[in-house]
Amino acid sequence: MKIAVPVDENTQNTNVCVSFGRAPYFLFFDTKTKQTYFVHNSAASSTGGAGIQAAQIIVDNGVDVLLTPRCGEQAADVLIAADIALYKTFSGSAQDNLDAFAADKFSELDDIHAGFHGHGGK
Amino acid sequence: MKIAVLSGKGGTGKTLLAVNLAALAQPAVYVDCDVEEPNGHLYFRPKHIVQKPVCIKIPQVNPTLCNGCRKCVEHCAFNALAYVKDNLLIFDDICHSCGLCSLLCPQKALSEIDKEIGIIQSGRADDVCIHTGILHIGQATGIPIIQNLLLEASSADALTVIDCPPGSACIVMESIKDADFCLLVTEPTLFGAHNLSMVHDLVTLFNKPFGVIINKSIPGANPAETFCKENNLPVLGKIPYDKHLSILHSNGEIAVKHSETYRALFSSLLDAVIKEVRHETAPHS
Repeated sequence: MKIAVPVDENTQNTNVCVSFGRAPYFLFFDTKTKQTYFVHNSAASSTGGAGIQAAQIIVDNGVDVLLTPRCGEQAADVLIAADIALYKTFSGSAQDNLDAFAADKFSELDDIHAGFHGHGGK
Repeated sequence: MKIAVLSGKGGTGKTLLAVNLAALAQPAVYVDCDVEEPNGHLYFRPKHIVQKPVCIKIPQVNPTLCNGCRKCVEHCAFNALAYVKDNLLIFDDICHSCGLCSLLCPQKALSEIDKEIGIIQSGRADDVCIHTGILHIGQATGIPIIQNLLLEASSADALTVIDCPPGSACIVMESIKDADFCLLVTEPTLFGAHNLSMVHDLVTLFNKPFGVIINKSIPGANPAETFCKENNLPVLGKIPYDKHLSILHSNGEIAVKHSETYRALFSSLLDAVIKEVRHETAPHS
């Protein structure tokens, strides 16, 4: 199973990023091989539709599970079409979140937001 | 002559001024570009209304022709497309109708179809033509409606008053683009002065001749007037803070039709505006 997490830095001890679409990097973790790698989020600097493009990156990396603090409607449309399960992170390090997920301590993300679309954060 | 009435914030008196100027200047054209909540028509109560839909182009995919090359996904400047599990997903609300995807598609799998985003209503009250743009609820942008509206309302001889949406964003830029003159409405508050400064920046950027009208003017401290003095903005007139005027307007009445006092007040404003427009738009030799 492959897990993705939006993160602030491309280092092992990075924190989870508060944003999904505009996270600087994505962390990918393969539970079988225990391999971790990072991908720069090219959507982070786009003027619009960042969530859609970011979701495309997640899909193209063959992810099964996304751990994220939040997710917009349109990004969720892409992720759900790809049958990717969404789980809500807690603030703190990506590793703590991955460990908690492995220990089955997570609840599914059900508060998909309508998106900001140029109107700033809520 | 096209005069755009704008302000940085809502509730300063754009519609009050625009409606009364148009009612005085007959023959006139009144254009309501505040497409998210147009209310100018409530004052004029136009008759013989003709309605036209406003559509934008959005891409549609023929799944049997699409081979998943993803050229469209990669090149869309707005990220309006995604490709998941052999399916192309199209996000209408993000699409800017640029047409690039259907142009690029090597399989000719993408075509453009019409999507209705709003309507334009045109009618008449006395010698005023009233054009109203109405954006459908839930649509992302009213800009295409304003473009169509200004085209529809184009008049060679009558005075055209463009009632703009509040603020200084793209939707306002579109509304003032063809205006000969911009009338900035403000109020004597700090908030009013701050927002006046923003629309002043906008009209300066667009190189538009402009003048300021101070609404709800009261004796004493007037941050908007101070801003005008400090920055050499021409104040063309003031509308005093007046409860009766406010009540008339709130009841959907056109003030100049109800009282000689208001007729005189708005006539002097219209004269000042026309004089300034002639002066500002005259060719400099």
